[in-house]
Amino acid sequence: MQTQDGIIAEQSGIPKQNYLTNGTTLKSWLLTKDHKRIAIMYLITVSLFFMAGGIYASAIRLELLTPPSDLLESGTYNKVFTQHGILMIFFFLIPSIPAVLGNFLLPIMIGAKDLALPRINLLSLYIYWIGGALTVWALLQGGVDTGWTFYTPYSTTFSNTYVMAVGLGIFINGFSSILTGLNFIVTVHTMRAPGMTWFRLPLFVWAQYATSLVMILGTPVIAITILLLAIERFAQVGIFDPSIGGDPILFQHLFWFYSHPAVYIMILPGMGVISELISNFSRKKIFGYEFIAFSSIAIAVFGFLVWGHHMFVSGQSIYAGLVFSFLTMVVAVPSAIKMFNWTATMYKGSILFETPMLYAIGFLGLFLIGGLTGLFLGSMGLVVHLTDTYFVVAHFHYVMVGGQVIAYLGGIHYWWPKMTGRMYSEFWGKISAMLVFIGFNLTFFPQFILGYLGMPRRYASYPEEMQVLNIFSTAGASVLGVGLIMPVVYLTQSLIAGKPAGDNPWMFPGLEWRTSSPPPTENFEVTPVVTWEAYEFSDENGLDIDEARRRQAVTTV
Amino acid sequence: MQTDSSWVPILPEQASTLAWHVDALYVYLILISVAFTIPIVVAVFAFAIKYREREKFANGAEIHGSMVLEAGWSFLPFVISMTIFLGGAIVYYNQVTPPDDAMQVYVVGKQWMWKVQHETGQREINELHVPVGRRVKLTMTTEDVLHDFSVPAFRTKADVVPGRYTYLWFEPTKPGKYHLFCAEYCGLNHSGMGGYVYVMEQRDFDNWLAGSVSGQTPIEQGRDLFENKLGCASCHAGGPAQRGAKLENIYGKDIKLVGGQAVTVNDEYIRNSILNPGAQIVEGFQPIMPTFKGQVTEEQLLALVAYIKSLSGVTTPATGGTTTTTGTTNGNTGQTNSIGTQGSNPNAPSSNTANTQPNR
Repeated sequence: MQTQDGIIAEQSGIPKQNYLTNGTTLKSWLLTKDHKRIAIMYLITVSLFFMAGGIYASAIRLELLTPPSDLLESGTYNKVFTQHGILMIFFFLIPSIPAVLGNFLLPIMIGAKDLALPRINLLSLYIYWIGGALTVWALLQGGVDTGWTFYTPYSTTFSNTYVMAVGLGIFINGFSSILTGLNFIVTVHTMRAPGMTWFRLPLFVWAQYATSLVMILGTPVIAITILLLAIERFAQVGIFDPSIGGDPILFQHLFWFYSHPAVYIMILPGMGVISELISNFSRKKIFGYEFIAFSSIAIAVFGFLVWGHHMFVSGQSIYAGLVFSFLTMVVAVPSAIKMFNWTATMYKGSILFETPMLYAIGFLGLFLIGGLTGLFLGSMGLVVHLTDTYFVVAHFHYVMVGGQVIAYLGGIHYWWPKMTGRMYSEFWGKISAMLVFIGFNLTFFPQFILGYLGMPRRYASYPEEMQVLNIFSTAGASVLGVGLIMPVVYLTQSLIAGKPAGDNPWMFPGLEWRTSSPPPTENFEVTPVVTWEAYEFSDENGLDIDEARRRQAVTTV
Repeated sequence: MQTDSSWVPILPEQASTLAWHVDALYVYLILISVAFTIPIVVAVFAFAIKYREREKFANGAEIHGSMVLEAGWSFLPFVISMTIFLGGAIVYYNQVTPPDDAMQVYVVGKQWMWKVQHETGQREINELHVPVGRRVKLTMTTEDVLHDFSVPAFRTKADVVPGRYTYLWFEPTKPGKYHLFCAEYCGLNHSGMGGYVYVMEQRDFDNWLAGSVSGQTPIEQGRDLFENKLGCASCHAGGPAQRGAKLENIYGKDIKLVGGQAVTVNDEYIRNSILNPGAQIVEGFQPIMPTFKGQVTEEQLLALVAYIKSLSGVTTPATGGTTTTTGTTNGNTGQTNSIGTQGSNPNAPSSNTANTQPNR
C-alpha cells in the first residue's frame, strides 16, 4: 500500500501546496479569489439546496400515493410543490453546472490561472448566498403558494403568502447568474493559453459560452418582470391585473421570455459535460466537433424565440401559436444533431465503463425521451390536451433531471479525482448510477400516461382510477432517493479513505488532466502551450501512454 | 381504444368528434419516437459491447466526422418535425375554431367553482349537461384569477382569463359522465375545482332542461339589466333621437371609431365598452358614457352581451330536437336525435362505471 501511494506521488509529483492546502483558515476561504475554492463553496451550497428541494419532492410523492389530499392539506401541498420548483430551478439547476463545474474547470480547460474577473466571481457567490438566504427566510416564515411560475393575478392580488420576499430572493440571485455569465465570456475571449484556438476548446467550454450568452441576455428580463410585479403590488399600478387595467397574459410573455431560455441555461451545460464524457471514455475524438459546438449556439439563439409555446391555451392568437410551434420544431434539429454525434462517437471507440460513462449513457436514453416528448408538446393539436397535465411534468423532469442532473452527477464523478485528488468507490458509484436510472424511469414514465389520461398538474387530490400509476411513481421516487443519497456517503468517505487518484487516472488529453490533482492555486506551474486538438487521442497529444501503462502494471500488482 | 376493463387505463375515453384527431396525432408521435429510440439505443448498446476497452489505454479509431452523415441527420429530423408541425396545426385549427351553429353556453370561473348558464336560463355549478351530437360552444371568463376548463375525454381545454372572453367548443359523441378539471393553478382548492360533464341523449337532455328551474334566460336577464337595473336604455334606445350609439344590427360588423380606426363588434368589444367606455368611441359620439366597472358582475356582463347580440339577431337556442329551428342542419345531429336511446340515466351514465363496475 505504501509503495503504491509512493509511486503515485512520484508519478503525479504532488506539489507541496495545492489549492486546498493553500490557506486553511475560514477567512482564506471566504475571501478567496481562487475560482476552484469558489466552486467548492458553490458545490456545498448547491448540494444543500438540492437536498431541501428533494425533501419537498418526497413530500409531494408521498401525498400523491393516495387519491384524496390526506397527508398534506391542499394549502400545504401548494406551498410544497411551489417551493420544490423554486429551490430546484433557481437555486440548484441554474447554478449547478456553470457555478460548480464551470467555475472549477473553465479556466483550467483553457489553460488560464483563474477567471478574468476573480473578485466579480466571489461577488456572484455572495449574491447567490444573499438571494438564497432571503428565499430560505421567506420559506421559513410561511412560504409561498403561487407555483414557481408566479402567474398573475393570483400572485399579485390573491395570494397572501410571502410572494415579494421570494421574488426579491430570485431577483437578487439573478445578478449572480449575470455576473458568472459575463465572467465566463470575458475569460474565454481573453484568457486562452497559447495555441488554445477556438476550435481546440473542449466542447464543455463551448457549452458554457452558449449558456453564458443566455444568462446575460435572458436574466435581466426576469428581473424586470419581478420589478413590475412589485410595482403593481405596492403602488397599485395596473400592469398585469385586469381589474386595474393590466393584462395577465403580458406577465406570461415576460415570464417565459426568460424562463424558456432558462431551460437552456439548465440543459446546455449538461450537454457540454456529456460531450466530454462520451468522447473521453470512448478514447476517441468526438464525432462532428464543429456541429456540436455550433448546435449549442443555435440552441441558445433559437431558445429565445420559442417562449410562446408555453401559452398555446392562454388565449394567444392562432397565428402567434403557429409561429411558436414552427420555431419549437426547429429547435429539435440541433438537439437531434448532438444526439446522433454522441452515438457516432462511440463507434469504433475503446470504451471504458467507469461510473461517469454509465451516467453519460443513461443521459443519452433519458434525454432522448425528454427531447422526443418535447415534440409532443410543441405540436399544437396535441398540446391543447397535454398542457398543464402530468405529461408536461414528466417531460420537463426527463430533460431537467434525466438530462441536467444526470449530466451533473456524471460530471461530479468524472472530475472528483481532479477536484479532491481522491478516487471514490467505483463499485458504489456504478450501483448508484444504475439505481438513479431505474428509479428515475419508474418515477416519471408513468406520469406520461397519467398526463394523457388528463391528470392536471399541481393537484393535491386526483380521481381514483389514476392511483395505480401514482403508486408506481412514488415507488420509483423511493429508489431514486436512495440512488441520490448514496453518492453523498461514498464521495464523503472518499475524502478520508479514498485512494489517491493521480494526475491523470484515465490518461485523457484535456488540459485539466495535465496538472496535478488537486491542482495548485495558479492551476499550472508553467503556462501550457497547446499543440494538440481537442480530444486528441493520437500519439501527437504529448501524453506518454507507454509510461502510464508501465506504472499501471506496477500499481495493480 | 376502449379502456373500461383494463387494470391501468392508457387512454382516456374518446367522447368528442375531435378526440380521435388528437389520439391519431399522439399515436403518430409515439411511432416516430419509437423509430428514433430503437436505432439509437441499439447502436449505443452494440457499440458499448463491441468496442469496449480491450487493452489498457488503447485509443479508439481516428474518425473525426462526416459531412454526409451530418447533412442527413440534420435534414431528416427537420422534415419529420415539419410533418408534426403541420399535423398539429391542422388539428389545432379545428380545435380553436368554433362552428357558427354551436349551442351557446356561458361559463364563469371563480375560486373554486365553475358557474354555468345555458341559453335557456338553467344554471349549474361544477356540472355541465350537454346533449350528444350537438356542437357546444362555451363563452368563458373568470371573476378572479386564471382558471382552465379542461375535459380530457373531449381532448380539449382552454384558459379562462380575467378581463377577457375565451372560447371552447366540442361535439360530444358518446353519452356518459366525464371529468371536468380546472387545469390552471388557481390557489388553495385548485384540485377541488371541478366536477363532471354529463353527455346525454337529446331526449334526456330535453327532460333535464324541463325538469330544472330555468329562471330568466341570459337574454331576458340582459334586457332586464339594460332596461331597468342599469338604465342603459335611457341613452341606447329610443330611435333616431337617442343620445348613445345604436346597438341594433351591429354585431359582427366593422364600425368607425373617433380617430379614424375601425373595430369589429364582438363580445370583447361590447364588454370593454361597458367597463371602459372612453377607450374606443364610435365616430360621431362624445365620451360621456360613465363606466360600469364595479357595478356589474361577470355573469351580468355575459347576459348584457347576450342581449346586445340578440338585438342583431344573433341567438343560438339550446334545445335541440323539437326546437332546432335556426337552420342547424347537421345530418349527424338529426339522426342521433331521432334515434334516441332507452335507459340512459342522466345522473349516472358514466360508461366507466355503468358498464363494468356497477358497484363502484
